[in-house]
Amino acid sequence: MFAGRVFRFDSVLFFSTGMILFCGVFILFSASGGSTEILFHQGIRIAIAIIVMLGVAQIDPDVIRRWSPAIYLVTVLILMLVLAVGYVGKGAQRWLDLGLVRFQPAELMKLATPMMVAWLFANAPIPTSLGRLMVALTIVVIPAGLVMVQPDLGTAVMLVISAICAVVLAGIRWRHLIILTAAAAAALPFLWSQLRDYQKDRILAMLDPWSDPLGMGYHTIQAQIAIGSAGVSGKGWFSGSQSHLDFVPERSTDFIFAVFAEEFGFVGIIVLLGAYLLVTGRCMHIAYQAQDHYCRILAGALALTFFFYVFVNVGMVSGILPVVGVPLPLISYGGTSMITLMAAFGIIMGMHRRRRLMA
Amino acid sequence: MTVDPISGVSQHPVLGRSRLVVAVILIITLTVILIERLYFLQIVEHVRYRALSIENRFDLLPVPPVRGMIYDRHGEVLAENHAVYELEVVPEQVRDMAALMTWATQSLSLSERDRKKFNKRLRGRASFERILLKSGLSEEQAARFAVNQYRFPGVALRGRLRRSYPLGHVTAHVVGYVGRISDKDLDAKERSRYRGVAHIGKLGIESYYEGNLLGRIGYEQVETNAHGRVVRTLAREPAISGNHLHLTLDARLQKVVRNELVGHRGAAVVLEPHTGEILAFVSMPDYDPNLFAKGIDQVRYTALQQDPNKPLLNRALYGRYAPGSTLKPILALAGLEHTIDPRRRVKCPGFFALKEGGRVYRCWRKQGHGAVNFKEALEQSCDTYFYQLGLRLGISGISEALTTFGFGKQTGIDLASEPDGLIPTAPWKQRRYGTPWYPGDTLNASIGQGYVLSTPLQLAAATAALANRGRLVRPHLLRGVEDPETGEIRRPAEQVTEVQLGDPSQYERVIEGMIAVMHGSHGTARRAGQRLSYRIAAKTGTSQLVSLPQAGETAKDTPDHLKDHALFIAFAPAERPQVALALIIENGGSGGKIAAPIARRILDYYFVERLRRADLKESRYVRG
Repeated sequence: MFAGRVFRFDSVLFFSTGMILFCGVFILFSASGGSTEILFHQGIRIAIAIIVMLGVAQIDPDVIRRWSPAIYLVTVLILMLVLAVGYVGKGAQRWLDLGLVRFQPAELMKLATPMMVAWLFANAPIPTSLGRLMVALTIVVIPAGLVMVQPDLGTAVMLVISAICAVVLAGIRWRHLIILTAAAAAALPFLWSQLRDYQKDRILAMLDPWSDPLGMGYHTIQAQIAIGSAGVSGKGWFSGSQSHLDFVPERSTDFIFAVFAEEFGFVGIIVLLGAYLLVTGRCMHIAYQAQDHYCRILAGALALTFFFYVFVNVGMVSGILPVVGVPLPLISYGGTSMITLMAAFGIIMGMHRRRRLMA
Repeated sequence: MTVDPISGVSQHPVLGRSRLVVAVILIITLTVILIERLYFLQIVEHVRYRALSIENRFDLLPVPPVRGMIYDRHGEVLAENHAVYELEVVPEQVRDMAALMTWATQSLSLSERDRKKFNKRLRGRASFERILLKSGLSEEQAARFAVNQYRFPGVALRGRLRRSYPLGHVTAHVVGYVGRISDKDLDAKERSRYRGVAHIGKLGIESYYEGNLLGRIGYEQVETNAHGRVVRTLAREPAISGNHLHLTLDARLQKVVRNELVGHRGAAVVLEPHTGEILAFVSMPDYDPNLFAKGIDQVRYTALQQDPNKPLLNRALYGRYAPGSTLKPILALAGLEHTIDPRRRVKCPGFFALKEGGRVYRCWRKQGHGAVNFKEALEQSCDTYFYQLGLRLGISGISEALTTFGFGKQTGIDLASEPDGLIPTAPWKQRRYGTPWYPGDTLNASIGQGYVLSTPLQLAAATAALANRGRLVRPHLLRGVEDPETGEIRRPAEQVTEVQLGDPSQYERVIEGMIAVMHGSHGTARRAGQRLSYRIAAKTGTSQLVSLPQAGETAKDTPDHLKDHALFIAFAPAERPQVALALIIENGGSGGKIAAPIARRILDYYFVERLRRADLKESRYVRG
């Protein structure tokens, strides 16, 4: 299992994620108004996340591959359980209370779905057949549907994106991709009708926030004012007036990027986005180097998903995407998202060591 | 396609890797989109967003000044500011409006009308604005809300100062009241002086001395958060409280006079003749000015407006009445200057005819007064004597005498839009009616009837001039203006018009006649003058609304609203007058029967009862 009994570790991935986490703690301290309690909780969460990453990195990717279907099935069952007896928090049934920890099974789904898709395509000839594609579609739709019913639009969207990444990386025919895109476009009106009113409002507000500046567009506009008023060098740590005077909504969680942008300006943003690109690039590099198909699909899909997290969050905060409730990866306060992400990096880190051992 | 020898998994490295390259290109493209967007926000549009963020943060809040108090001459409070509580609602922050309404209805006795008003305001305003739910909460209701406040986010209790008038009705017509500022109260220039101020003086002293009472608004530059809550104050310019006013009124006398007039329609003005300081200024019926300060509702306002007794009309200031016989002392004086002989007797058969067999002008006493001299004519108010006197003066002589005593023009009292009254002349009649002046018009004028119109205030001012033996003073209500910070009291600029009218010695003859009205054996007010410990000079008056009753009719048959107005003027003590007054009772009948006893009780209070009160505090006012 622990091939070569060597400690698997990738310093580039470790230090680039570490840098983002450090930035995150720094800005969270300001966003929370200097709350040491929040800082402490986040510190514990980071410590757990790093341990999880290093721990997962020691698992042989073959083991992960073999267990993929089982992990997927169990996670789907847990999701159903959440719907049945889910703990109601924030008006949405997302949490499962395990006594000591409140666990968000949808987060685990973000790992399990690409794993399952990668497993499905790892043994298949390339390009894949349409039949296999249909199976892959089912694998995505079931958990995505369950998450959307919760309702957690952000996670559902990210699930679909991660699965699409995996499918595309697995070697789908462009023809099939076009057909799927067309089918998705056709399904949009149906999906629209399934959305809750507040979700519809958010999307409409994104299209034209100034049409309702004191209603649904308010949060988007205030976040944009926070970003825009910062300028090149920002207003300085703890000096973001928009953030500290409550104009920026959800400033410790989904909108923390606005706080970062207001206090550190365009320069800070370039540095932060650079760090995200470094993490993504390193993962893509490991995927590129990977010898087996499963590892390449999974590593590539996870890296792409991670990047899409950044893109969707920054996009929604800066007003080019609707507000769908996606946290800024590794920085936003709370949730189990950080642990899932670090587990994903652990998987990728494990693959890296494996290739080196094989060579 | 190759097969991995160890894992047995089929491999396709080339295709898989090319897809990764596509993915990397996608990542780079999306990153460029993000950076482009952030560049747009932070670099291109930076100036606009910085302005928006500063606009968000800072707010200039007006701090309303505290309105000055109003005191009477002895320091009794006539107008003050009471803390009241209002409940305000920010609709967008309210979680359950229905629950709030139910609770407020039960616990704060929110009425159906309050709810309707609130719903109306709710529709007209943005959801983040503060909207009044209920004003005038009692201390108990405010406490009850404070305990339950946690249940109703978005609802806040706000303390405000409300004007209140402790004497209520008693001072309504003189102190006036404040009301909510309406658009027509202020022009654009003045509006900035009233930012954050909800009320303005509408009537009476409150309106006339608005500039003194208001004070100056202050400003606070504050930083606010997204909820509009003040986070900290950056700069502050404190408001300056309005000046306190010390009036010449004597609140106790005012109450006595008002009580005497309860049940009547009428007016009374009492003043110090030598200073012109008004001690009592009463018009009846009256109303509660506190209703207006609170914000009167339409139903009650309409009721007041449509009341046939016109409680909103300030009769003392605006009421225009034919002064009747109360003009006789002034005309008598003019006659003396016109070299009539006071000893000469005029025969009064009960009527007077301009020429033999012509139209008959009756004396009020049908059987006549016999032969009366100057003093007796005043004492008994003989119309026949004054018909002849008036003819000798002519209308120009009459109007000249009346005008010098202040009739037909404003007295200059410190109350807004005082009317002129009316003293007719021949050219005036020609202009007004296109007819020439007839001798009969002169006869009417010489007993204060016909076209002559005077306000109770003018009558009081003229009486004061008689008491002063010809010194005309400007009646006024303001005694001092107090700076609330230094406590220094400034006397208003002296504006006493002092006009010496005629030879002082001739006044004594007139005043002798006026004393006889009260004290003489035939005086028209002799019943009211019994057992007096001091001497009153007075004159009764009866102002006719319809021509004198014809044979067979008696006054009793006349309906109330057509009955004569009863008038009375007096000053006392006659030798060194300290107080002068004019009194009118609408449709009261004869001045001697109705008005004189009321005046006697007022003067008795002033000279007997008031002086007996040991607790009379010396005025806070320092003579300057």
